Formats: sequence, structure tokens, C-alpha cells
Amino acid sequence: MSASLIEMRGITKSFGAVKANEAVDLSVAPGEILGLLGENGAGKTTLMNVLFGAYAPDAGQILVEGRPVGIHSSADALAAGIGMVHQHFHLAPRLTVLENLLIGIPGKSGRIDRAGGLARLKEIGRQHGLSLDPALPVSALSVGEQQRLEIIKALFRGAKLLILDEPTAVLAPSEVDGLFAALRSMAGQGLGIIFISHKLNEVRALTHRCVVLRHGKVAGRVDDPANTTSSEMARLMCGHEIVPPTKVASTPGGSVLLLDRISTSGHAGTPLREVSLFVRSGEILGIAGVSGNGQRALADVISGMLPPKTGTMTIAGKAVAQFSPRSVQALGLGRIPEDRMTTGLVTNLPLADSMVLPRIGTEAFSRKGLLNPSAIRAFAETQIKAYDIRCPGPMVRAGALSGGNLQKALLARELAFDPKVLIVSQPTRGLDIGAARFIHEKFLAMRAKGCGIVVIGEDLEELLMLSDRIAVMYEGRIAGTLAGAEATVARLGLMMTGAEGRA
Amino acid sequence: MFRLEARTSTPAWFNLALPLLAIGAALVLCSGLIAVAGAGVIEAYGVMLSASLGDSYAITETLVRAAPMILTGLAVAVAFRAKFWNIGAEGQLLAGAVASCFVGAIPMPGTLAMLLMALAGAAAGAAVALVPATLRVKFKVDDVVSSLLLNSVIYYALMALIEGPWKDSFSGYPISPPIEDSANFPVLVEGTRLHLGVVAALIAAPLVWFLIARTTLGFRIRVTGENPEAARYGGINVQRVLISTALLSGALAGLAGVGEVGGVHFQVMSDISPGYGYSGIVVAMLARLNPLGVVPAALFLAAVMTGAEAMSRATGVPAFLSDVIQGTALLAMLVALLFTAYRIRRVAT
Ligand SMILES: Nc1ncnc2c1ncn2[C@@H]1O[C@H](COP(=O)(O)OP(=O)(O)OP(=O)(O)O)[C@@H](O)[C@H]1O
Ligand SMILES: [Mg+2]
Repeated sequence: MSASLIEMRGITKSFGAVKANEAVDLSVAPGEILGLLGENGAGKTTLMNVLFGAYAPDAGQILVEGRPVGIHSSADALAAGIGMVHQHFHLAPRLTVLENLLIGIPGKSGRIDRAGGLARLKEIGRQHGLSLDPALPVSALSVGEQQRLEIIKALFRGAKLLILDEPTAVLAPSEVDGLFAALRSMAGQGLGIIFISHKLNEVRALTHRCVVLRHGKVAGRVDDPANTTSSEMARLMCGHEIVPPTKVASTPGGSVLLLDRISTSGHAGTPLREVSLFVRSGEILGIAGVSGNGQRALADVISGMLPPKTGTMTIAGKAVAQFSPRSVQALGLGRIPEDRMTTGLVTNLPLADSMVLPRIGTEAFSRKGLLNPSAIRAFAETQIKAYDIRCPGPMVRAGALSGGNLQKALLARELAFDPKVLIVSQPTRGLDIGAARFIHEKFLAMRAKGCGIVVIGEDLEELLMLSDRIAVMYEGRIAGTLAGAEATVARLGLMMTGAEGRA
Repeated sequence: MFRLEARTSTPAWFNLALPLLAIGAALVLCSGLIAVAGAGVIEAYGVMLSASLGDSYAITETLVRAAPMILTGLAVAVAFRAKFWNIGAEGQLLAGAVASCFVGAIPMPGTLAMLLMALAGAAAGAAVALVPATLRVKFKVDDVVSSLLLNSVIYYALMALIEGPWKDSFSGYPISPPIEDSANFPVLVEGTRLHLGVVAALIAAPLVWFLIARTTLGFRIRVTGENPEAARYGGINVQRVLISTALLSGALAGLAGVGEVGGVHFQVMSDISPGYGYSGIVVAMLARLNPLGVVPAALFLAAVMTGAEAMSRATGVPAFLSDVIQGTALLAMLVALLFTAYRIRRVAT
């Protein structure tokens, strides 16, 4: 193998008692795409933050092109040719694309070099097919475009190594192809790339080599990802086999959720136009579609956040008179939001608070306006045990939990109250396969108990695996509904573009 | 070279030590000013200490001064918990003072008068706080600006009252008529100014703590302040919580005005508050928005205020130093708060 571009030797980093990284060795050669795999909390992000200068390692060394370097800040990392695209973007929303690129770049004699910046932007666009309108404000960009801007930003600063932390978690499947083409083009020109993802088929398609972390240590390396099976990689990650859940046939009962010609307005994103759908008890309805086709509005209407302009909704036989999170919940609806960190949880307060939040006013947790702290604690402790939520205890800051554990906590807080209908959006985004499997099993168990479940998602494989029926959304309408047996990725894909009508 | 590095955890002792560190830093920084003013630093701080805490009379004086700042500190702490940025405790205090003075001037049995004074003062403070809260909820008007500007409106309205229609006809000064003698708050220790309102303020702190920590309203206030989106998704009516918080906060600040009228001045004048409403912000920040922490924080500021006057008389250092110490303590606290999230790390260059 050629001399490595970046080498990390014996990196160890602890947070209090938690060893996030322990004696990790890793190297990337020029032109190489390295996959970094591991369960939630395995230490991938921490390791990359060490490389990018956000954390100082407790031990270990970083070498750039064979020379040891001290990286104490992101400025040091950029100077050493290391660029990173974080999961949460670091962009200034009011500034334009070009201005965001030029932040922190010294201009000519104290003035910003716009012309030079424009020229470089064009050049990068031509080289890797990464184009963006330089005059657009960042707030007008889609998530995929913002990610493209972050990549361009790194290249703009002369990155020789690009770190991408779960870049595909925020992308629609169609956007993933564009990203992969650009990454391959960059690697073709000698850039090194570290790619983190929980989706093993992506890792197999893109990377040249993989390093697998488990509990902070290197658990294994994969030299030929394309010819290694997903289950083999999964075994390296979790230390045991991951078996897909078995879905038993179930006969659906009466309808538990009914939407009749619902239309919305006054909502960011695509409004709903005359959406009618139903879910029966013991049935999982998948909602597929390219993101931005009204899924957000649908989830908001069902979860009581957005009163529709026209149309009616019925939960378990009762018409919803007033749309509010509390009233739909009282009718037996359970809700798991798309964005765990901003909508689901209160990261700065104890985990227990987030777990009881939607039902704080009920007899279970308070009486006559007075909280019942022991009941709150006991509830959280019970659920932490039942769902194997890995955390120091119910009083820990919710924000300290890993994504998979947060999702389990949100699931627990709804399922504990035996909802008749459950609405979930992107239930396994950012989760490792073990955690995703756990969530899937819970859904299937709820289905067996007679709960009706609506799963809004972009991962077609997941929808096909879970759903009894799949409805496709296109431009705020239901473009068609397929029975699980007749649905295929190809057919759904066609309907998602609006090409095929009701089947 | 030194750099700031994000802390991964904050030790518990550090959170407790923080206000003490801030106060210490403020005193050290201000010693330079004392020296410039030509006095001995040790001597000046010595006079401050003995005048504020040196004997039982000094202690009662400090308590009397602390009372309004405990209440305004609680008002600010409650508001800031919900991220309702109430900078208007000063105006709410003045409104409470005016309302309670009106009521106290009406002849009636003393106990009833005191009760009604408290009610009227709390209601007036709450009404004033309702203005910025409503503007924010209905029209998205910035509450910092509106609550701050309202302070001037109320101050000049008060001035207009006591220089005009409400001016005490027996006095040449712009002051209001006094309240009835029977409405004066009972003095608890003979020969001092320690009045019933001070005890009420001290009791208010644990009550507010209980409200924040142990009631569903307090839960909703905390959640709304930390993450309004999650609060809304969780079924909390965020706007109603903001309004409730404003009413509570304004009422507490209004009660501070009641105490000044009923227990200290017995009438309303233009300088009835030497900025107790603004000091409430310093108190709340030093207490890190913890209602129980408000008591020691207010006592500290009160000690500085009483002490600074004595120091000024004894050493000739201007009494303004009290304001400087307050301000410096706030700045030091804000800097110190940074160190709960970051630590300084030495790096090789
Ligand atoms: N700032 C921090 N403070 C304390 N503990 C932390 C911190 N950051 C990470 N950890 C802990 O270190 C471990 C590794 O976390 P890390 O975020 O690196 O995992 P990851 O592999 O990126 O997981 P995921 O796939 O969920 O993103 C976890 O146990 C996590 O709880
Ligand atoms: Mg991570």
C-alpha cells in the first residue's frame, strides 16, 4: 500500500468513566475511501473529533503524510488538510453560499476576495459535479444542498482528507447517488475519505476498506467490503448475529385511524391536498415518498400539531374535534417525532422529564398540579430496564444519550400507554442495525397486540419489510396504495416520481 | 498558549463554588478602584463588612435591603427559567408600590389593609409584566426591549402622579400621601427597621422553589424554557405558560414594591427603588436561576450596598463603588459560567 495520508496511532479518549476510544489505530491512503463502522456509542464520532481537533486524546499520536502533528483545534486540522462534515451542519443561515465559503478565509489586504472565491467555487463544481448557486442564502437550501456546501467548504480550504459523519442519514435515497458520485470523483483525484454510516449496503457499495469499532476498540477490519456480506459486518460490529425479525401474518381488524379528505395550509413545506387514508388495528401502513411531498404535514396533522383546513380525522371510532397534541393523545394516539433532539426530547433536563413530558398532567405523574417525583422516577427506571436504555440513570441529562438510546426512550414513553394507533417518522434514522432491529421488533409486537401503526419513511427496504400496505405520497396527495405483497422497490420508486397512479 | 476546551462533565462542587469565585473576583478587581480613590483596601472592605454584618443592627439593615432584591431576584429567576426575558422588574416594583400605597391610604383595619396592599401590589406588578408577555405571544415583539422600555414609562407615570394630582398636600416635596399608620407593617425587632415583609420575602424563596421543582406549572416552565418545540409537541400550551410565568414574575416584583411602601417608606417617592429591579437580574444570575440561591445572592448585594455607604463615609471612597461591585460580580459570574461548559487547557505551540 502507498504511504498513508493520515495515520492515527494508539488513540485513547475517555469521558469520565466511559472509554470512548481505546488504543485505536487507523490509516487512510490517498485516493482511499475508508468506512468507519460500529454500533451507536462505539466511538466513531469521538475518534473523528479527535482527528479534527475538537478533543485532545488522552494518549496516541496523529501523523499526516508520515509526520507527527499536534492538532489542537479545527483550525489546526484544516491547516493539516483535514476537513470534516459533521452530522449537524455548521453554516450561517442568513449568509449566502459564497459568503459561507469565505468565512474565516483571509482576503486581500483585509477585503473579502469574492471574485477569487467564485472562481474556486466554479472549479470545484466542474471537478466533482458539486454545483451550487453562490448567491442563494443558506436558509433557502435543502438539507442535501447544505451538505454539499459543507463538502465544498472543506475542499475550498484545501482538504486532502474528508471526514463525513453519517452523511447519508439526512439524504433521500436519490440524493445518496449524487453524493457517492462526487465522493468517488474526489477519491479518484487522490483525496482520502473517511465515511461513517450505519447502512451496510452503502458501505459495501462505496468503501475500499473498513475499520469496525466496538466499545471504543478496533473490533475488526474489512479489506474487501464489496465482497463481504452485511451479516458478517454486522457480526463484527455487535459481536453476534443479527437475525431479521420474523413477520407473522395478521388479520387486520376495524380501522383505528381514518383521515377523510384532509387538506392543510399555512405550514412550512408541501401542504396536504385531499388526503384520505385508513389504518386498521393490527396493521402497519407504510408511507413512502421523496421527502418534501407532504410527509411532514401528514405527520403534524395526525399528531395534533397542525389543524387541517378541511377534512376530518377519526381515532378509534371517535372524530377528532379539536386538533392538539393532548386531545389526539387522549383518544389513544401514540407519537414518535422525526427529530428526536429538537422535537422529542429536552436535552438539558433529566431523561426522566422527557419520558413523562406528554403525560405530565395525567394522574400517572401528578395530582392537583403537584408532581409525583417518585412516580416519575419509577416510571423512567422501569422503562430504562424494559427497553435496555443504556444510561447512568433516569436523572442523567437526556442529551448525553446516544441516538439509539434516545429513540428507545421515545418509544418507551409512548408504548407504555398502549396506544391504539402509533404514528412514527423515520423511526431508525441514525440507528445501528442492532438498535433498528429492536425498534422493528417492537413495532411488530405492537401490531400483534392490535395496534395500528403508520410508519413514514424514506428507507424503502425498511418499509417493505414492516408494512402490510404502502401508500406513496406525491405533491401532497396519496399517489397510490400497494398491498405489501405487490410492492417492490422499483414499483414504489416509479410511483414516487408521480409516474404511476393508483394500482 | 492556552485554549478553551469543551468540558465533558462539570464537577458538582464547581457549580457551588462558582458564585463564590465570581464574588471573590469582583472584590479583588474593585480593590484596585479603592486604591485609586486613595483608601486602604483592607480598611475599606473592613468598614464594609462591619457596617453590613458587624452587629445585630447592621444585620437587620442588610436584611431590610435584601428583602426587595430577594423578591425581584425571584421574579427574574422564574421568568428566565421560561426564557421570558423580563428586564422590567423595576417597573413592576414601582407599579406594585403605587398600587399598595393607594390601598394603604384608605382607612380600614390594619391586617385587612396589609393583605389588600399585598394583593393590589402583586396584581399591579403582574398587570405590567403582562404587557411584554402579550406583545411577545401575540405579535412576536422582543420581550427584552419592551419590558425594559416599560420601566421608563412607569417611572415617569409615577413622577407625574406624585408631582401632580397625587402630591402630598402637607409636604413641599414630590411625594405621595403616606399610608395609614395601621397599615404600616409590624416591626419585628424593637429599635430596628426589620419588618414583616422581610420574613415574607424569605418565605417566598422556598415557595417559589417548590413551585418550580414540584408542580406541573413549574415543570411546564422548565420544559418551555429549555425547548419550546419539544414542549409544544408534548402537549404544553407554550403561550399560556409564558403568560402564566409573566404574571407570576410580575407579581413577585410587585410584592417587592409593597414591602418598600408598607415596611420602609410608608409612601411613594421618586427614589423609592435604587434600582432593586435591575439588581434582581444580578441576583438571579448569581443564583444561577435557582430560587433558593436567590436568598444568599440578595444578601450579598444588600451587604455591599449597606457597607458601601458606611465605607464612603469613613474613607471617602464614593458610594458608587457598590454599583461597580454589583456590575463586576455579574460580569465575573457570566465569565465563570463559561467555565461550567469549558475548561482552559494549556497546549504546546
Ligand atoms: N461529550 C461527551 N461527554 C460524555 N460522554 C460522551 C461525549 N461524547 C461521547 N460520549 C460517549 O462516548 C461514547 C462514544 O460516543 P460517540 O458519539 O463517539 O459514538 P458513535 O460511535 O459516534 O455513535 P453513533 O453511531 O450513535 O453516532 C458513548 O458512550 C458516548 O455516550
Ligand atoms: Mg456518531
